[in-house]
Amino acid sequence: MHNYKKTMIKHPLALAIAATGLALSLTTSVQAAENGKFRIGIVTFLSGPAAGPFGEPSANAAKVLVEGLNQGKLPAPYNTIGINGAEIEVVIIDEAGGAAKQVEEFRNLVQRQKVDAVVGYISSGDCLAIAPVAEELGAMTVFYDCGTSQLFNEDKSPQFVFRTSLDAAVDNIGAARYLAKVRPDAQKVAGIQQNYAWGQDSWNDFTHSMEQLMPKAKVVESQMPKVFQGQYGAEISALSVKRPDIIHSSFWGGDMEALVLQANARGLLEDATAVLTCGESAIDRYKDQAPNGMIIGGRGPFGAFAPDNELNRWFKGSYQAAYKTDPTYPASKMAQAILGLKHAAENAKVEAGKVPAPLEIAKAFKGATFESVSGQVQMARAGGHQAMQGIAYGEYQYDAANKKGGVHNVIAFNGECVTPPDGTTALEWIKAGFPGAQCN
Amino acid sequence: MSLFAVLIDGTIYASWLFLVAAGLTVIYGVMRILNMAHGSFYAIGAYTAASLVGWYFNNGIGPVWAGYLLMLGCALVAGLIVGLIIERGLLRFMYGRDEVLMVIITYALLLVLEDSMKMVWGVNPYFAYQPYAEMGRSALAGLKVSNYDLMLVGVSVVLGLCLWLWLERTHQGKVLRAVIHDREVAMAMGVNVRRMFTLVFVLGTMLGTLAGALTAPAISVVPGMGVEIIVLAFAVVVVGGMGSIEGAAVGALLVGLSRAAAVHYAPEFELFVIYGVMALVLAVRPQGLFGRVLARKI
Repeated sequence: MHNYKKTMIKHPLALAIAATGLALSLTTSVQAAENGKFRIGIVTFLSGPAAGPFGEPSANAAKVLVEGLNQGKLPAPYNTIGINGAEIEVVIIDEAGGAAKQVEEFRNLVQRQKVDAVVGYISSGDCLAIAPVAEELGAMTVFYDCGTSQLFNEDKSPQFVFRTSLDAAVDNIGAARYLAKVRPDAQKVAGIQQNYAWGQDSWNDFTHSMEQLMPKAKVVESQMPKVFQGQYGAEISALSVKRPDIIHSSFWGGDMEALVLQANARGLLEDATAVLTCGESAIDRYKDQAPNGMIIGGRGPFGAFAPDNELNRWFKGSYQAAYKTDPTYPASKMAQAILGLKHAAENAKVEAGKVPAPLEIAKAFKGATFESVSGQVQMARAGGHQAMQGIAYGEYQYDAANKKGGVHNVIAFNGECVTPPDGTTALEWIKAGFPGAQCN
Repeated sequence: MSLFAVLIDGTIYASWLFLVAAGLTVIYGVMRILNMAHGSFYAIGAYTAASLVGWYFNNGIGPVWAGYLLMLGCALVAGLIVGLIIERGLLRFMYGRDEVLMVIITYALLLVLEDSMKMVWGVNPYFAYQPYAEMGRSALAGLKVSNYDLMLVGVSVVLGLCLWLWLERTHQGKVLRAVIHDREVAMAMGVNVRRMFTLVFVLGTMLGTLAGALTAPAISVVPGMGVEIIVLAFAVVVVGGMGSIEGAAVGALLVGLSRAAAVHYAPEFELFVIYGVMALVLAVRPQGLFGRVLARKI
């Protein structure tokens, strides 16, 4: 049930795209280039636990942005219609189902649906499975969210694969740097992570960063419950009895919201300060059930941490108008990936109105610097295939009068301060004491 | 302190496990249907309660206590409707089929219900925390515990007792036990087994939706939650002995306490401990703690 193509049915454009998608699924020999449109395959979670907090905001962002681009409504430098003058057409695919299914879907998008580029993937497992296939097929692929540090360790000579989001190590280095500034006296640190690669890597990167930045702080407890467990009574007790000053968590989605609700109700978050690296994604839902002062991150300068530039104002306004809520960080990241693709395709130096070949787009994308809703993005790592940006953390603050959550005491760290250089793994760089880091 | 925390956490978790597993074991005990769709009933209860309770509290409709009644009432009504539709519309045509086929049918039902829920409630999380937050917390020997969680222990005990009394002390319960022991003889003695099946399936569905509704205020209700819960419920039912209410209660307590002990003393074994307990019990008693060895009819 998850592998159907979800198209946009709320707008006239959506109907056109849906009809086109249906026609294409019936006559697969039709090529995108033949209709002169720039076809993008968007892959994100439309079902399962990641759909609500991540997938839906991402898909919504893609719809808003593509509609805006096709109508030429975006501010400069993206005020030209579509991509290189060609109208953009999207096919949205559900990321649920696991890596093997996603590889099949990817091949289908590239070989049968003839998309000109694929933008997507939240799951690190999916990114790791898709990257070699993308290189093999020569398919222009932009990963917009997955955080695995292994991506370019495994894809050592990338040509067609790019990532416009940040490596997960950046989240945890940033979290440790933030704590070193705002809670320098913290002595006892505890953690609770989902028990799979994401949680384990996050905890590893965070604890090693803390050893470097706050050597007096000691780890007193580490809990690794099963992902999607939902009930954390015993874990909250185990954390409570150790009386930590700081509780780090890379929880996301429903697990994160349940943890905050249960821990807050039991007073744990009054006694200790929680640091949630993905915390921003639920900023509209915590209401008064999260304590003021809880430290949250947005996995980069996204969502509530995005700068107040003209591009972001347009994006926030359009998203707000369409969906009656502010874009959270997954939405900003999707917008960033599509803007990066447009920038590269329009710098591929092909005739206006033509759709550049994947190799031409890839050459222009490599090492590019482009403007985004999150500010300037430099493709400055992994030989020009990995974005480098700063990261920001702040404290959650609930405005009871307006019933709205926000962030205060925001501190942003620039990219050179939190991003490992090429040629070294994140853990090696952290353990060596962040050599060459340039902090603001 | 840790031992006390293990007891408290283990008991709270066990009471929740029992709520989740009770419907599953009741249906299996009487109908011999390993109901994979039980997870979906749990999710339907959670979604129904979260959406209605959220609406009730967010709009300040009425007093707090009425919100709790609404939470329970809407779950029971949802269970009644869903249970009747599924039993009358689908399962009654399948009775007498092989148990394995019934697993496949209820698995298909799980998939259909999962996507139906997505159509009704979408993919965004539902957050109806008010019943959980309104009850506040207590300090027990220095450990802060949510009163809502303590209330769940009480609900679980009362529910378990009611089920036991119904089965052991009422005429209807005796008839039901006759069906459990020997369906064919019961039928020969004039018991309307099909009516019993309808009654039990609807009851099992209502127990599933009730468990979901009682859990909803403490979690974020998201798609896929029903799939996650079914494996855990199976583990409890298998440990206790499939079809046994007492078994489900003891199985839940065993699993709950073991898991709480692992979380406090050896967190690295937490993932393994539930299935470790299950493997250990099955190695010693393959029919589960309270399961009966049934002679195979030829």
